Amino acid sequence: MSSQSPDYQLHDGEQDAAVLALSGDWTQGQHPARFNSVEPELARRHLAQLTTDGAALGDWDSMLMGFLLQCHDYCRAQKIEFNTRNMPHGIEQLLAVATAVPARRADAPKTESWLAFLSPGTLVRDLWGDLQESLAFTGEVTVALTRLVRGKANTRFTDFRNFCYQAGPEAFAIISLTSVLVGMILAYLGAVQLRQFGAEIFVANLVVIGTLREMGVLMTAVVMAGRTGAAYAAQLGTMQTNEEIDAITTMGISPVEFLVLPRMLALIIIMPLLTIYANLLGIVGGGIVAGGMGISPIQYFQQGESALDFSHVAVGLIKAVVFATLIAVAGCRAGINSGRSSAAVGQAATNAVVTAIVYLIVADAGINILFQQLGI
Amino acid sequence: MTADTPTPYIEIRDVTMAYGSNVIQRDLNFTIHQGDIFVIMGGSGCGKSTLLKHMLGLIPPSSGDILYEGTSFFQSGAAEQGAMRQDWGITYQSGGLFSAMTLAENITLPLELYTSYTPAEITDIVAYKLALVGLAGYQSYYPSEISGGMQKRAALARAIALDPKILFFDEPSAGLDPISSRLLDELIVQIKESMGATVVMVTHELPSIFAIATNSVYLDNITRTMIAYGNPADLRDHSPQPVVRQFLTRSAAAATLDQP
Repeated sequence: MSSQSPDYQLHDGEQDAAVLALSGDWTQGQHPARFNSVEPELARRHLAQLTTDGAALGDWDSMLMGFLLQCHDYCRAQKIEFNTRNMPHGIEQLLAVATAVPARRADAPKTESWLAFLSPGTLVRDLWGDLQESLAFTGEVTVALTRLVRGKANTRFTDFRNFCYQAGPEAFAIISLTSVLVGMILAYLGAVQLRQFGAEIFVANLVVIGTLREMGVLMTAVVMAGRTGAAYAAQLGTMQTNEEIDAITTMGISPVEFLVLPRMLALIIIMPLLTIYANLLGIVGGGIVAGGMGISPIQYFQQGESALDFSHVAVGLIKAVVFATLIAVAGCRAGINSGRSSAAVGQAATNAVVTAIVYLIVADAGINILFQQLGI
Repeated sequence: MTADTPTPYIEIRDVTMAYGSNVIQRDLNFTIHQGDIFVIMGGSGCGKSTLLKHMLGLIPPSSGDILYEGTSFFQSGAAEQGAMRQDWGITYQSGGLFSAMTLAENITLPLELYTSYTPAEITDIVAYKLALVGLAGYQSYYPSEISGGMQKRAALARAIALDPKILFFDEPSAGLDPISSRLLDELIVQIKESMGATVVMVTHELPSIFAIATNSVYLDNITRTMIAYGNPADLRDHSPQPVVRQFLTRSAAAATLDQP
């Protein structure tokens, strides 16, 4: 089958009329002329009537229809009478369908450049918006909590129990892995430096204090933000998409009491427990590295015990409660305020993790400064 | 409930709906009487579902008011709003069933919250409500484990759990085959008649509209207000608005294609 290359010719007729004769195969791969190359020729002629002639047309597909539609729209805009003749079967019908509803006037294109995210204004506005939303959300949660304390809240214990299980026992494996490794890293870093002074034994102090006060709880919180915070955002976002949150509201139940409180309380109960577990494993991990450097387990634990102080444990546990609250607020807020599409749910999950981690780091720094000032 | 002198039951007063500065519908004024099967109709994108969200109190309208038995919903306090909502049963467009709960748990939830039945009694009521919608024995299924038509019926079972006075439906037969959708229509009429409820329904399924609706309002895309109010069969034959007659007779006219 031979194919003819597509072409057009513009013949002038009488009295401002013209004929646009199309020929050849207007199909995929033939690269026929585009309308914007024809347009100047039409504009020069000040036409009152344009007829497209398809007598010499070969094969055609949507390429031709796109071209004809542009001709039609151009003629309509310029108030030129537009006709077709000798067109292959179907073209006129397709054209009639395509032009039945006039095109909507396009909105002004969005001028925002893709580098806009770099602009400090946008950044500040986004952060400020997030912060405002979080504050409003915290207010709602506080109201719901007072109702819970007064025994008026619609919070189901079975939900709370399920969330405890999801946040706690199911997270054991990943918490075990990260906390042992972080303990080992701490010990290794310290040992290399302390060896220069012949003070390897103090690795135990470093690991115990570092893990209890800082690394144990922080690593647990980061894992929980990625694991549980994101899950909360995705669950609530999907419920928003599925009109479940509307159904809850119209049942006369507060979504915060019914959905947010059990998740938040579960995390607040579970996080300190996970932190204690992570602390123990972190110290054991440090012991493994210390053992490799010739410090016996007995020496390591004796030295570690001398560094052990209740205040270190307490600092870690206080942080655990604060971090749990922040992770739950970030996750649930992102979920409840999610849009109603699959992309929006994904965005909610991302937003939950990012905000949670920012909150964690800022809160950690704040708490450390506070406790330093208080001498704890 | 006297058919001759119906009392205004739900009143939509001067409601304007808008998303930001984009007005969807303005100056909506109509009344729904007790015992009506009232249909809100109109082309896609005319704001039918948004109007329903306003009526359900999920979003306040930009201006205007919605009154239930003479009391404004949005001016009432949280306690009164809660009390009003207990008289409503709602099925959402996408079902709105709680996906993390079984069908039995879905229906149990409102019963636990608002009634003093014992757990054993609730089990019996749940079985009865599921049987009413033809889902007897499906108590322990999750919404994702049953078909779309069954989900709609399960949502209906949850909506009638508290024997509501008003039943709201957002596109009940969307996505159902003709037979399922006819059966659902019949079910709605039967339940409505046996419970004496008022039904408010958003739909553009013509067979449903003619089969069950007693009164209706037509929201127009182009003029952005209501252009017809009355019994759908009357409107089809006698409406002065050609757009409404075209809509109700399925005339292929470009005028009914939506142009936001």
